[in-house]
Amino acid sequence: MTSLIQHFVQTFWAVVPIVVILFVFQVGILKQKIPHLKRIIIGFILVWLGLTFLIIGLEKALFPLGKIMATQLTSSDLVSNSLDWYSYYWVYIFAGCIGFATTIAEPSLLAVAIKANQVSGGFIKIKALRITVAIGVAIGIALGSFRIVTGLPLHYFIIGGYILVLIQTYFSPKSIVALAYDAGGVTTSIVTVPIIAALGLGLSSAIDGRNPLTDGFGLIAFASLFPIMSVLAYVQIIHLSNHDKPNQ
Amino acid sequence: MNKSLYQFANNLVDSAKDLAPIVLVVAFFQIVVLQQPIPNIDNIIIGTGSVLIGLTLFMHGLKLGLFPIGEVLAFSFVKKGSIAWLLIFSFALGFGATIAEPDLIVMANEAAKVAQFGGIITSDTQLTQYAQTLRYTVAIAVGLSVVIGVIKILKGWAIQYLIIGGYVLVMISTLLAPDFIIGIAYDAGGVTTGPITVPLLTALGVGLSSSIRARNPLIDGFGMIAIASLLPIVAIMIFGIVQ
Repeated sequence: MTSLIQHFVQTFWAVVPIVVILFVFQVGILKQKIPHLKRIIIGFILVWLGLTFLIIGLEKALFPLGKIMATQLTSSDLVSNSLDWYSYYWVYIFAGCIGFATTIAEPSLLAVAIKANQVSGGFIKIKALRITVAIGVAIGIALGSFRIVTGLPLHYFIIGGYILVLIQTYFSPKSIVALAYDAGGVTTSIVTVPIIAALGLGLSSAIDGRNPLTDGFGLIAFASLFPIMSVLAYVQIIHLSNHDKPNQ
Repeated sequence: MNKSLYQFANNLVDSAKDLAPIVLVVAFFQIVVLQQPIPNIDNIIIGTGSVLIGLTLFMHGLKLGLFPIGEVLAFSFVKKGSIAWLLIFSFALGFGATIAEPDLIVMANEAAKVAQFGGIITSDTQLTQYAQTLRYTVAIAVGLSVVIGVIKILKGWAIQYLIIGGYVLVMISTLLAPDFIIGIAYDAGGVTTGPITVPLLTALGVGLSSSIRARNPLIDGFGMIAIASLLPIVAIMIFGIVQ
């Protein structure tokens, strides 16, 4: 019970600074009225309550289960020869699947997708964008798990990824570039981060020669880099396929 | 009343669809691959129900509160034309949203432990101080990111040049930073953009670029989150070099 109240207090203090800043500037400095004030206040209360229920539920259900599964998947029962990187194949498959699934549930991504749909006049489909981003996260986390297993240096992958993103940017329609870059940042939020972090910690503690303190980090970076590539690639494919039809 | 109840039921169904993949993945691996019973099944069911309600309320609140207020403020700033206040507001928003971010607090404490392990710090008071300084470093970096993002919209800069510049900074600082901080720094970029910050920054960006006639909300409105995930990486690397 006390932990329940604690959660409500904690999320309350995460929302308050933002509400204060918004109201101080709108009313105090810009001296403007807030239209539909009652609705906006109800909206903020819903955001606060929703965030609290979300976090309580995640901590009660998903996070403990994710941690247990990460340990079980890396245990010796499932991994026959712990020296070969490919004996961890269930880990990579799990990493990809859970990365995809948590990204679909991520409210930040849904928020951005709604806005992108709005300003593009419906050209960018909410569902298509979310699935594309989720595929990017899935590939990213699977590859990130592979990196932890093999112990290859993190910055090789990140810098290689940056170079690929720059090449893709050069060939992409410019109207979509900003949204694609944003897709990288939004994927790693409240649902995805704790699960990925648990996976990284579980993997790096289970494998000989890895240190959870130094090797457990880095998965989140993979999860924010690869959606940029998948969104750019998706747009590129649509662009090319539209080009092939001369009547359109 | 009936109408809003109907809408709530609709949102509930949408959220259930969003959660279905997680339930499927967990059930598949637990039952088929690991062949283990699901532990604490009642806790899991209660928790999943709580996530479902939370997600529904949050998305509804977003549409009622966060999105409109972000756009109202963007519109007010353009109407008043006070760029100085707009930039101060942008910094305050980025800083204020990040400093209280629970993910960041967890990450800063973890990072301090890594630094202790690496022999950078020795005492416990240094440990808390290290975590605190790291948090402020990241929050200032996000504040500056929002400022840069707003200037980008005002000036109509193309996002790719800013991002290329950011990538170059990340690469240079990777070469100079101590090894143990690199993983933490890369991860920090993902941690800073939480569930309240993202919708608000998107609404602000889209609102600003819709209110300024020469800007296109799709081309100019997005990009702020990308900057806010890049600059903290550089900031933490610099923090690691200086320490």
